[in-house]
Amino acid sequence: MLLIHCPYCEEDRPEVEFVNGGQAHIARPADPSSESDADWEKYLYIRRNPRGRHHERWRHIHGCGRFFNAVRDTVSDRFETTYKAGEPAK
Amino acid sequence: MSGYRLDKGGRIDRAVPLSFRFDGQDFRGFAGDTLASALVAGGQMLFGRSFKYRRPRGLLATGVEEPNALVTVDRGPGRVTPNLRAPSVALHDGLIAQSQNRYPSLKTDFGAINDRLGALFPAGFYNKTFMWPRSAWEKLYEPAIRKMAGLGESPKERDPDHYGATYAHCELLVIGAGPAGIAAAMDAAATGGRVILIDEQEEPGGGALADPAQWAWLAESLAKLAALGVTVFSRTTAIGHYHQNFVVAVERLTDHLAPSQAAGPREKLWRIRAGEVVLAQGAIERPLVFDGNDVPGVMLASAGRALALRFGVAVGRAVVVMASHDSGWRDALAMAEAGVTIAAIVDVRPAVSSDLQAAADALGIAVYLNHSVTGVKGRLEVKAITLCHNDDYLAHTLPCDALLMAGGWTPTVHLWSHARGTLKWDAAFGAYLPDTTVENLRAVGGCSGNWNYGDGIVVATLPSPKPVSKQKAFVDFQNDVKARDIALAVQEGFRSIEHIKRYTTNGMATDQGKTSNLNGLQIASETLSKPVTAIGLTTFRPPYTPQTFGALMGHHKDALFQPLRKTVIDDWAAANGAVFENVAQWRRARYFPQGRESMDAAVARECLATRERVGMFDASTLGKIEVVGPDAAEFLNRLYTNPWKALEPGRCRYGLLLNEQGFIIDDGVAGRMAADRFHVTTTTGGAARVLGMMEDYLQTEWPDLNVWLTSTTEQWAVIAVQGPKAREVIAPLVEGIDLSPEAFPHMAVREGAICDVPTRLFRVSFTGELGFEVNVPAEHGRMVWEAIHAAGQEHGIVAYGTETMHVLRAEKGFIIIGQDTDGTVTPDDAGMNWAIGKKKPDFVGKRSLARADLVREGRKQLVGLLTRDPAVVLEEGAQIVVDPAEPVPMTMIGHVTSSYHSAALGRSIALAVVAGGRARMGQTLHVPMPGGAIAAEVVSTVFYDAEGSRLDV
Ligand SMILES: [Zn+2]
Repeated sequence: MLLIHCPYCEEDRPEVEFVNGGQAHIARPADPSSESDADWEKYLYIRRNPRGRHHERWRHIHGCGRFFNAVRDTVSDRFETTYKAGEPAK
Repeated sequence: MSGYRLDKGGRIDRAVPLSFRFDGQDFRGFAGDTLASALVAGGQMLFGRSFKYRRPRGLLATGVEEPNALVTVDRGPGRVTPNLRAPSVALHDGLIAQSQNRYPSLKTDFGAINDRLGALFPAGFYNKTFMWPRSAWEKLYEPAIRKMAGLGESPKERDPDHYGATYAHCELLVIGAGPAGIAAAMDAAATGGRVILIDEQEEPGGGALADPAQWAWLAESLAKLAALGVTVFSRTTAIGHYHQNFVVAVERLTDHLAPSQAAGPREKLWRIRAGEVVLAQGAIERPLVFDGNDVPGVMLASAGRALALRFGVAVGRAVVVMASHDSGWRDALAMAEAGVTIAAIVDVRPAVSSDLQAAADALGIAVYLNHSVTGVKGRLEVKAITLCHNDDYLAHTLPCDALLMAGGWTPTVHLWSHARGTLKWDAAFGAYLPDTTVENLRAVGGCSGNWNYGDGIVVATLPSPKPVSKQKAFVDFQNDVKARDIALAVQEGFRSIEHIKRYTTNGMATDQGKTSNLNGLQIASETLSKPVTAIGLTTFRPPYTPQTFGALMGHHKDALFQPLRKTVIDDWAAANGAVFENVAQWRRARYFPQGRESMDAAVARECLATRERVGMFDASTLGKIEVVGPDAAEFLNRLYTNPWKALEPGRCRYGLLLNEQGFIIDDGVAGRMAADRFHVTTTTGGAARVLGMMEDYLQTEWPDLNVWLTSTTEQWAVIAVQGPKAREVIAPLVEGIDLSPEAFPHMAVREGAICDVPTRLFRVSFTGELGFEVNVPAEHGRMVWEAIHAAGQEHGIVAYGTETMHVLRAEKGFIIIGQDTDGTVTPDDAGMNWAIGKKKPDFVGKRSLARADLVREGRKQLVGLLTRDPAVVLEEGAQIVVDPAEPVPMTMIGHVTSSYHSAALGRSIALAVVAGGRARMGQTLHVPMPGGAIAAEVVSTVFYDAEGSRLDV
């Protein structure tokens, strides 16, 4: 079971306290109505599936409840870092 | 009857004799014995029948790798455990065990005919034969196989034991308490920090337990570990290594005791988080592959050694060792010194080191170098073996009653692999050894390849004049896979070990190939003339050994399996005869039968009473979220399809929630309590999901909004009072709220008091009748419910349940999320475009509603259905077709989503999603059922009071 560092609680907590929220840094377009079908499709459905470094969202759902971002290696499952929502990608 | 107890030796306590039963026969053993050692001491060499061919099988090993000697241990009603490995069962007085896979008895088994017909059961037999015909499979093969197959019998009674679970944290966890593990624990303990040492056997010591020369050291070391504060667990198996040194182990607490002595939990699951993990699991000896290597009495040399030196048991009176590795010689010499008669040492190698040769000579043991065993005489026990010279195949027979195999060693890398550590092939060992890992993990001792057992060579199959295809040379004993099956799989084109494994089932039994994987690899490698590394290695997965479901479940059973949520009115419902149903995690009253009333009768009565007079319903399970802050209206406006900003305080609105893909995912009424405060309701099952979605958007997309979200589902009890008399019922109880229609219209909310407690009183209706939803703080819910019930008596009030709620809402065409929608239904599909704020530039899901597929013609739309025969109630989920005479497979254009008998209408009604449904109004469609197609007319979704006049009172 992974240990995940919550950047809000500033503690390493077991994975069961968290839920994964999919790929990080996909901002909802400011004006969805002006998005082309192709761009909207990308926003809705197209995700990376990298081997290695992956930016993903997590939520400390059974802790502080906050969403944050993480860089995880999908091969080793190791967390490289976690950081607060709104901070630039690391 | 070849095994017997030696006069002396072993770690058993000869002063404590124990008696036990095996297959109804009485045996004797001593404290410190395992079931296996005591049975061999009693001359029992036959332990079970094999899985596929029902061949007689004996003990192979004395560790967890044992594939053959699976037994069922009976500790009383509900405490019958099948498939225990006899060498892992500690003996206690009165133990009762049975052999498995035999009918009617171990010595005579009807299924053994399979062995005679063995030629008909090659690799892939099941895949090949049972492909056709289907009827034969269903009627003939499957029932026969079900009767024959399987290991042991599942217990049928409820397990009366309980199982514990706990966590532990340490700086160092050592798995395996052999010499290497003890040394690692000692080193770490000396430097401080918490050290845990776990071992699966009855006592720590590992390989040292079969080496009396190390016993003094062992005792001293264990005392030292205790003094240093190291926590040592015996009977504790590490079953899996998970991320970041999270190790799961099962401790067996009571099975080694007589049932009358057992107290407390039977097993305990340990979840251990360790800074560093040291794997010291040792190695497992490899069998040799030759014709007849599965006859009872053929076993591993390490087992013969452990039986003699740890348990004081000789496996036979004339024991032959067949070796390809020096360790076989050392075991033979140690056994000879312990008093076992070693008739011969046979080695496939042309030469061995001179000191081994000299030691054998000194003890007068006959030695056959460059020889192989090519046959075993005897069926239920070894009577003699055939030896062949490897070069000229000159054969001769050697009488003996036990044959020990020493085929080299396979390091136990299971947990290393669980941790996704890489392995590297070591040709000298003929085994995979731990290589790299990202965890703070080390392998030491035998499982790292660091051992002192001497030299050896790896042979796939022993040389023989007989071709492998004619030999009964077993690789996987538990799954009855022979060398020739693996050769056949290769001939048939399988190249990867993953495919060979599945085709032959090699390594797929409950022992996960602990003794067979490497031999299977070697045979495939040799047949393909490719290096082992080119064939691959199958992946080890947890658990390391089979475990009880009880240990894995722990306390999570019965009421603790999943929490059951009850409203504050639940007790009243139970006391008033409610029949309950579970909705999400909630227990809800489904209906309230009077006397011996049927469900249909009760629901009809509740429906009519509500339509004609008044009904009350516990709606407390509705999800409730308090949305507060200066931007609360803006937030809801962005999230829900409806417009919220213009909603005046004191008014309510039905909200429809889509996902970003444009599909309906939740709904509910929200009341604006103040300019900056909304009381939002969600579906019963959707509460947590909706709150999570709200938090997601608020935290990550719109952090600029000043809004706070609080779940209030359990803070409010909600009592729906519905029906023409609803106002009259609550009026005497309410204070501070003008209930008149003018002052308190439909879709309004007021704050005041009821029964002297504060209330948020909603005038809303999910029934189509005049209705109120009384929200009161949960602690007052029961009191208010009873007060309303009492006040309603003079008006003929009834309590109704979820079934009546469903019928009443269906009569009005109100959807239930998840029943009339399934995650592919848009507002337009549901006929709910009225719920969309047309002037809103955006809301979650809006952009998707313009996608081509969501606006195309012919999408499934929600419609009403009236069966031609009003007495027929359609099945929910039933498919709908246009032409009932169309040949199968018919064109299905939709399905029934809701269907009930409507007491108010005196007939059945149904909701359905139908392709292009709204354009089919008045058409007759058909619902094919086993009894024939049912005709139904497409109608509006609103069956009752289409004008809504009943609300307006
Ligand atoms: Zn947190």
